[in-house]
Amino acid sequence: MTSTSPAQQAEKHVAPQADHSDAAKSLVRRIAEGRAWLFLAGLIVCFEVWSRFAYGATFVLNPFNLQSIAIFAVAPLLLATGQTFVIISGGIDLSLGFIMGLAAVIAAHATNMAGAAIPLPLAMLAGILAAVIVAGVPGVINGLLISRLRIPPFIGTLGMFGVARGAAYLLAGGTTVPVQNSWFALLGNGKFYSVPYLVIITAIFVIVMHYILSQTRFGQHNYAIGANAQAARRAGIDIKDHILRLYVLSAMCAGLGGALYAARFTAGAAQAGEPLLLDSVAAVVIGGASLFGGSGTIFGTVAGALVIAVIQYGLVFVNVEPFWQFIAVGVVIIISVLIDQAQRRFSGARQDE
Amino acid sequence: MNSSVQTAPLLEVRNLSKHFGAVRALNDFSMVVRPGEVVALAGDNGAGKTTLIKAISGVYQPTGGEILLRGQPVSFTTPQEAREKGIETIYQDLALADNLSIGANIFLGREPMRKAFGFLPVLDRKAMAAAAKETMSRLDFHVSRLEAPVSNFSGGQRQAVAIGRAVYWDAQILIMDEPTAALGVPEQRKVISLIHQLKAQGRGVIFISHNLHDIFAVSDRIVVLRRGVQAGERKISETNHDEVVKLMVGG
Repeated sequence: MTSTSPAQQAEKHVAPQADHSDAAKSLVRRIAEGRAWLFLAGLIVCFEVWSRFAYGATFVLNPFNLQSIAIFAVAPLLLATGQTFVIISGGIDLSLGFIMGLAAVIAAHATNMAGAAIPLPLAMLAGILAAVIVAGVPGVINGLLISRLRIPPFIGTLGMFGVARGAAYLLAGGTTVPVQNSWFALLGNGKFYSVPYLVIITAIFVIVMHYILSQTRFGQHNYAIGANAQAARRAGIDIKDHILRLYVLSAMCAGLGGALYAARFTAGAAQAGEPLLLDSVAAVVIGGASLFGGSGTIFGTVAGALVIAVIQYGLVFVNVEPFWQFIAVGVVIIISVLIDQAQRRFSGARQDE
Repeated sequence: MNSSVQTAPLLEVRNLSKHFGAVRALNDFSMVVRPGEVVALAGDNGAGKTTLIKAISGVYQPTGGEILLRGQPVSFTTPQEAREKGIETIYQDLALADNLSIGANIFLGREPMRKAFGFLPVLDRKAMAAAAKETMSRLDFHVSRLEAPVSNFSGGQRQAVAIGRAVYWDAQILIMDEPTAALGVPEQRKVISLIHQLKAQGRGVIFISHNLHDIFAVSDRIVVLRRGVQAGERKISETNHDEVVKLMVGG
């Protein structure tokens, strides 16, 4: 009993080594965490060079391009902010795309209906509010399924993907719902000193979400649950309640996305968010979050969403066939995950002890 | 040791039983923990050690018997209630969130807030870091990287964080389930010296281990469980490894 095995003896040389490479480790971690911004900078340089050589025109200094990229990024970013919270907690929300579509249809209907009774600006606000609140309903159901009935998030939200899709098409009558409200159209297409209103609203919203994730107990518990749900439960965190609020939050992000979509196109469409779901997951992953949970930031996701928007818009700008967009985004996702894994192997090996 | 016999018990377990249907996981078990005393709990796998600590820490409701804290009968329906009364369990598999700092782990679930710009509530990371530093130095554990996630630390350091959390929240009884199991030898020694610190601070420790070497290094008394009943209780100064092993296997 008093003797120690050779294996245990060997172990004692492992511990002190950890401190030596600490500086290198934190440098690697910082690079890995900021990789989305590096990607973004690299992409912009590439497109700038390409554009100048091929067309003799600037890419990034053209304000119209910047506006277009920002507008492009708005809807995927709104979905991705909610998705960031969910992915950090170790879950995933596949229903966001069609919750956005549902919200767009609701926003259009509610704005039109309210417009008949109250002044147009109030009707616009009522429409947006209705869209966000109704979007919360599938969020509540997602949250209850996952927290109370212990359905895996992938399956629960996949089911809600179908339910929200059907509900959105039924409410829209299988078509798009045009909005008759000049204020709503102005919100979706107007600019303040050449910055589109949609971009301003999204920027404010993203800052609020960043605050919630990084500065509140809710955000802190979200990280803890993603890393070690058992530890979070033992620390007295009400995980069921947290998960419920989490999926409502992410659904409401999609609700705002749907309302802003309806403003931009002055119409609600059930398929509004269909192509954006996977973009939202991609933005979160490119932004540095791990799909295993426990890591990720809102600003990383912003960079991830901008990377996707720059690829999509930039390839069109330099006149490449649009199908290359899918390939480019796919390659960026894979590289991003490879960097994440390499970084974990380099600095996080101790987690396996 | 002799002086501590006279002090009033911090924790007393009287005739505690926990039955799962026909299975008597714990039967008519009694023990006492006094302030500044380390009581080792030994026994083979399935002897009822885990059932006992879960009954004490509020995870299980006992089938019979009673638990007294400073002479007052208590009953807990959740581990939170036990924790609020000062009974903290430190689990073998380290209940830490690896991606958070030491301070964030200490305050997990009860984070301090401050007002930024006079109105906006934000997490008070400075207070958390300061408390982390102060608590860890009380355990004679000096860490410089207070912002680093605990995954950067060694197993023994993380064990110290878990103990630090209990100390910060002023736990009077610490139940430690195999705290040295997953550690290398130097780290085991560090945890043993931590337990000595807790003892010196007048806390009661229930120490569960398979390692008799550790038990003899740190405990005042040893209580042996066998098939859910108390097989014997000895002062460490008056017993030896062979006798304890015999009690465990029922020789």
